[in-house]
Amino acid sequence: MSFDIDVEARRGAFHIAAAFQAAPGITALFGPSGAGKTSILNMIAGVMKPARGRIAVDGQVLFDSAARIDVKPERRRVGYIFQDARLFPHMSVENNLLYGFKLAPPEGRYASPEHVTALLGISHLLARRPASLSGGEQQRVAIGRVILASPRLLLMDEPLASLDDARKQEVLPYIERLRDDLKIPILYVTHARAEVDRLAAIVITLENGKIKAA
Amino acid sequence: MFELTPAEWQAVQLSLKVGLWATVLSLPPGFLLAYVLARFQFPLKSLLNGLVYMPLVLPPVVTGMILLLLFGTRGPIGQFLENVFGITIAFKWTGAALAAAIMGLPLMVRAMRLSIEAVDRRLELAARTLGASWWRAFFTITLPLSLPGIIAGAILSFAKSFGEFGATITFVSNIPGETQTLPIAIYSFLQSPTGDGPAIRLAILSVVVSMLAIVGSEWLERRVTDRVRTV
Repeated sequence: MSFDIDVEARRGAFHIAAAFQAAPGITALFGPSGAGKTSILNMIAGVMKPARGRIAVDGQVLFDSAARIDVKPERRRVGYIFQDARLFPHMSVENNLLYGFKLAPPEGRYASPEHVTALLGISHLLARRPASLSGGEQQRVAIGRVILASPRLLLMDEPLASLDDARKQEVLPYIERLRDDLKIPILYVTHARAEVDRLAAIVITLENGKIKAA
Repeated sequence: MFELTPAEWQAVQLSLKVGLWATVLSLPPGFLLAYVLARFQFPLKSLLNGLVYMPLVLPPVVTGMILLLLFGTRGPIGQFLENVFGITIAFKWTGAALAAAIMGLPLMVRAMRLSIEAVDRRLELAARTLGASWWRAFFTITLPLSLPGIIAGAILSFAKSFGEFGATITFVSNIPGETQTLPIAIYSFLQSPTGDGPAIRLAILSVVVSMLAIVGSEWLERRVTDRVRTV
C-alpha cells in the first residue's frame, strides 16, 4: 500500500507545495516549526483543502482538484494522531478506543481491541476517564484509538512534543512496535532530529513550505 | 397562609403552561442561533447578535408593542396566521407564550452559546478523522459536551417565561384564565384593597422558582466546564 501526495496551498503569503510518496514504514516530515508540516497532514486528512493537487492511495483518489474529487475526512480512512491526545473527555478509555473501531467497515478492520490494548500496554486503563491518565498514557490511548479505526495511512503530528523526556521514552517503543507491526505507511511530523534518526527510514525535509531534500 | 385560592392556582398553572410552551418552542431556534453565533463568522453577525439580545435591554413594553404590531389581529404576521392556519394569538395564552419565548431567548442563547464555544472543535475534527460524519460528530461529541449548558439555557428561559410581565401584558393584556399569568395576577391583586395576602403568596412562589432556576443553571454551567476540560 502506497500513498501518492501532491498538494499545494496558500495561507496568506505563505505558499506550501509538496509532492512525495509514502510507502509502508515511517516517512519523516522534518523541518522547523512553521515549515508547513501540519498543513500537509491536514490536507491529507481532509480537514484542510488544498488549492491544487492530488492525493491517492493504491489508485483510489482521495483528492483531485482537476477532477473535483474531495473525499470527506470520515471516508478517507486516514488515521491522525495529534500532538495533544484529544481524547473525548466524556467517554471512558474503552469508549474512546472503540469510537473509530465501531465506525470502520468490518471487512476493512485489521486490528482487534485485545491486540491493540495489549500492544500499547493500556488494557488495565479501559474503565478510566481520560482526565485521570498521565500524559504518556493518554497519548498511548490516542494511538490505540486511531489504530482501531484501521486506517490505511497513519499521520502523526509531533506525537511526543507535549511529553517530557521520561514520557517520550515511554511512548517511543510503542511507536516502533506499531511501525514493525502494521503494514501501513506512517507519516511522522517532527522537528526533533533524534526522533527522525531513531524511527524513520525515509526523511523528507521541509523548509518554508517546500521540500528541501528527499 | 400558603393555601392557594382557585384564582391564584389558575394564575400559577397558566404561568407553568406558558413557561413550558415558551421554552419548548424556543429550544430549536434558540439552539440554532447559539450554534451559529458560537461557530460562524459572517457579515451582519453583530446585527443578528443585537436582535437576539435586544429584548434583554429594550423596555419590555416596547417588545410587547412590536409583537402587537406584528402579531396582532391587524398585524401582517397575525393576519397571515389567522387566514392561513386559523390561529389567533393576540389576547390568547399562546400570545403570552410567544412574548415569553422572545423575552427568554437572550438568556437561553447566551447560556447555550457559551457552552458550545467551550467545546474544543479539535475534538470534532478528531472524531471526523476516526470515521464520524459531521452529524455523528455533532451528536456524539458537541451535543453531549455542551448538554449541561443547553439545559441551563432552557431552565433560564423557563424561569424568565414563568415570570414575564411587561411584554406579556402589553401584547395579550390581562385576562384571567387566558393571559393572566402569575406576575400579572400579582399586579392585579395589588390593585385591589384586599389583595395583599394573595400577592405576597404568589410573590414568594416566584422568588422560589427564580432562585431554583438560577442555582440550578449555574450548577449546570459549572458542569460544562468540568466536562469539556480537555486532556
